[in-house]
Amino acid sequence: MLIELKNVSHIYDDDLKGTEALKDINLRISDQEFIGLVGHTGSGKSTLVQMLNGLIKPSSGSVIIDGVNITGEKTSLLGIRRKIGLVFQYPEHQLFEETVYGDVAFGPRNLGLSEEEVELRVKEALELVGLDYEEFKDRSPFNLSGGQQRKVAIAGVLAMKPEVLILDEPSAGLDPQGRQQLISLLEYLYNNKGMTIILVSHRMEEIARLSNRVIVMSEGEIVFDDSPARVFSEVEKIRELGLDLPEITEILWRLNGKGLRVRTDIFSLAEAVEEISRELRGSSKC
Amino acid sequence: MALIELRGVDFSYSEMETPVLKNINLTVEAGEFVSIIGGNGSGKSTLAKLLNVLLVPSAGEVIVDGMNTADEENWLKIRQKVGMVFQNPDNQLVATRVEDDVAFGPENLGIPSPEIRKRVDKALEAVGMEKFKDNPPHNLSGGQKQRVAIAGVIAMEPECIVLDEPTAMLDPQGRKEVMETIHFLNKEKGITIIHITHFMEETVGADRVIVMNQGSIHKSGLPLEIFREIDDLKKLGLDVPLVVELAHELRKKGVEIPAILSINELVDSLCS
Amino acid sequence: MLRNITIGQYMARDSIIHNMDPRIKIVITIMMITALFFIDSFSGYGLFFLSVLVIISLSRIPLLRIIKGLRPVLFLVMLTLILHVFFTRGGEVIWQWGFISIEAEGLYTGFFMVTRIVLLIIFTSLLTLTTSPLELTDGIEYLLSPLKRVGVPASELAMMMTIALRFIPTLLEEADKIMKAQMARGADFESGNIVKRARNLIPLLVPLFISAFRRADDLALAMESRCYHGGEGRTRLYELKVKGTDFAALGVALLLCMVFIYF
Repeated sequence: MLIELKNVSHIYDDDLKGTEALKDINLRISDQEFIGLVGHTGSGKSTLVQMLNGLIKPSSGSVIIDGVNITGEKTSLLGIRRKIGLVFQYPEHQLFEETVYGDVAFGPRNLGLSEEEVELRVKEALELVGLDYEEFKDRSPFNLSGGQQRKVAIAGVLAMKPEVLILDEPSAGLDPQGRQQLISLLEYLYNNKGMTIILVSHRMEEIARLSNRVIVMSEGEIVFDDSPARVFSEVEKIRELGLDLPEITEILWRLNGKGLRVRTDIFSLAEAVEEISRELRGSSKC
Repeated sequence: MALIELRGVDFSYSEMETPVLKNINLTVEAGEFVSIIGGNGSGKSTLAKLLNVLLVPSAGEVIVDGMNTADEENWLKIRQKVGMVFQNPDNQLVATRVEDDVAFGPENLGIPSPEIRKRVDKALEAVGMEKFKDNPPHNLSGGQKQRVAIAGVIAMEPECIVLDEPTAMLDPQGRKEVMETIHFLNKEKGITIIHITHFMEETVGADRVIVMNQGSIHKSGLPLEIFREIDDLKKLGLDVPLVVELAHELRKKGVEIPAILSINELVDSLCS
Repeated sequence: MLRNITIGQYMARDSIIHNMDPRIKIVITIMMITALFFIDSFSGYGLFFLSVLVIISLSRIPLLRIIKGLRPVLFLVMLTLILHVFFTRGGEVIWQWGFISIEAEGLYTGFFMVTRIVLLIIFTSLLTLTTSPLELTDGIEYLLSPLKRVGVPASELAMMMTIALRFIPTLLEEADKIMKAQMARGADFESGNIVKRARNLIPLLVPLFISAFRRADDLALAMESRCYHGGEGRTRLYELKVKGTDFAALGVALLLCMVFIYF
């Protein structure tokens, strides 16, 4: 499935100053991509992801999803929302049903699926997020822990079987263990289910480690759109935008600046340890 | 005399349930910056609420500046001395305008109007929010809202501020703003800070770190001492700063690195 | 969507009217509205309208803004006019078609009532346009405070109003977010008959209520920690003071009201 944005601009109706939340955005997203979307609060990234889901229509330009221009009057947005799943920040705040089953089934039921198909999907979605179907299906989502609630909410989107999954700060407020589980889920969905993932996050380490394409936004424009290694080598520019570098990148760059010739395109701790210790042995310190 | 003292404190929300806090003994001196870390359910938030008399211990006692929190007559005085900032920036601002919110505490204390004016201006200046005094709070960023909340506490002229995960819901920019603000208040205004967090990297500048686990104080010490035992912290479900972990791994590889807490320290120790 | 609703249309300006004491403004508004119902001629309305124009020019609020403010009640105004014109009987028959007729009395009453409604709305909106919600709450609190003796919790009521005003934008924003999140799961808030639409609101309302309760809980704790203990012994950052202009305005208003009532 191909997502295409052509000359997309957007101004919110209630914005009296008329600032453009998005300025002339051109973007292509193809199958099997893992995209990290980063930028300051107010950089336009939430507007952008909501547009991909048809929740916001652009003021000008067109959004074409799977060959269909969704900016047209008559397009079925339900079809779009089935193909593109969107997990908002703190998704557990949208839980409303009496049972976990009911809540996860909300999406599939809106798609008009048969009850057998709905059950199948609820089962599958709960198992994907690591919640035992029998144990959890009849429990009230409001009696679960915060981490479990988050999982139920994500299952609710996965049960729609989207081809593209967009997540806005999915790990915010989770403990290290919860965060690790979430990362494994995203890796699984990407590698084994062939989904395209768009991850919006402030955690640059996550972005650098997981994604194969990083899009950096600032003031409604796309500033960078490249591989993580290339984007995070633009150290000065990233800092200028007030964004953080992945911590490992930051360390490797600083060492480099002090004369220790380490590679700077490494994003995993183990590799960084290897690289630094190898380099230290080669030359006697810096 | 210690500013805050906890002696053998137990706390449980109801008699049936297992206690949330078990035999806590803790002393905080005036002017200290104490960080309390712990995973979910470690009891750190409950501990915070005991200091501000939002809760009273089931057993043991909490003494603030010589006043026992069990005595209801002391409550207002204790709350004035020990202010509190909460996690959710939206849910602690009361008024429709920044300066009116900052004035809320002093108004409750019955302070005369001209004196409130002075305190509000001073408090907003201390957190760098004086330009926003006429704004409605809902238009501010998360970090700005937290700074207003802090100003609201400062305007009560407390000796100590307890912050219960003040950065948990903020973006990196907001986190930076809040951390800078509380360090400034500690250093420049001499306000005692008790900072509760689950981000271990935020404890770096503290005088003392207290690690909570399952309702008890697991250990306490200088940040450097606490960070030394990485595996132990990980077991408690805590996030170890990446740079500390990197140093730890390098040491295992035979690289000699002293105890470090920040990127600067690591780089300096490797390339000196 | 929901964010477009603006509640409290206060327009900040530096004008005599804005700087007046809110209590006096509330009292004058009540007096003038009451007097409005005693007016029984168009010339009386003329005088009333003139005083409204004077207030508007003093307040530096653009006339256009006030006219725009009338738009939401346009339907009510038209309905009143039509009902009176077609159904009030009496006087000369001006136009007739079958059993439908327009009579002089109806035409007169229709326009009379419409003028009254329009003036009523303009005058009250002048109060909210020139007085910030905060001042308004303060004003109401002071005006209600004599009732404290008979057990009316005036300061607590005012506190509740302030908090409501503070949280309306926050909750609207939240409602907008929840709505979008459910729409992303295929929820439909826009089609179907009334029963279906009401049922479709459940996925919005349940999370919204839960969140409102959570916020209320948090806020109660935060207020307690900031030494809130009811209205007793509370002082204020801004204390209301009645100035010379306030007395003058009150005098003029009294005079006008007498004119409206007796002539």
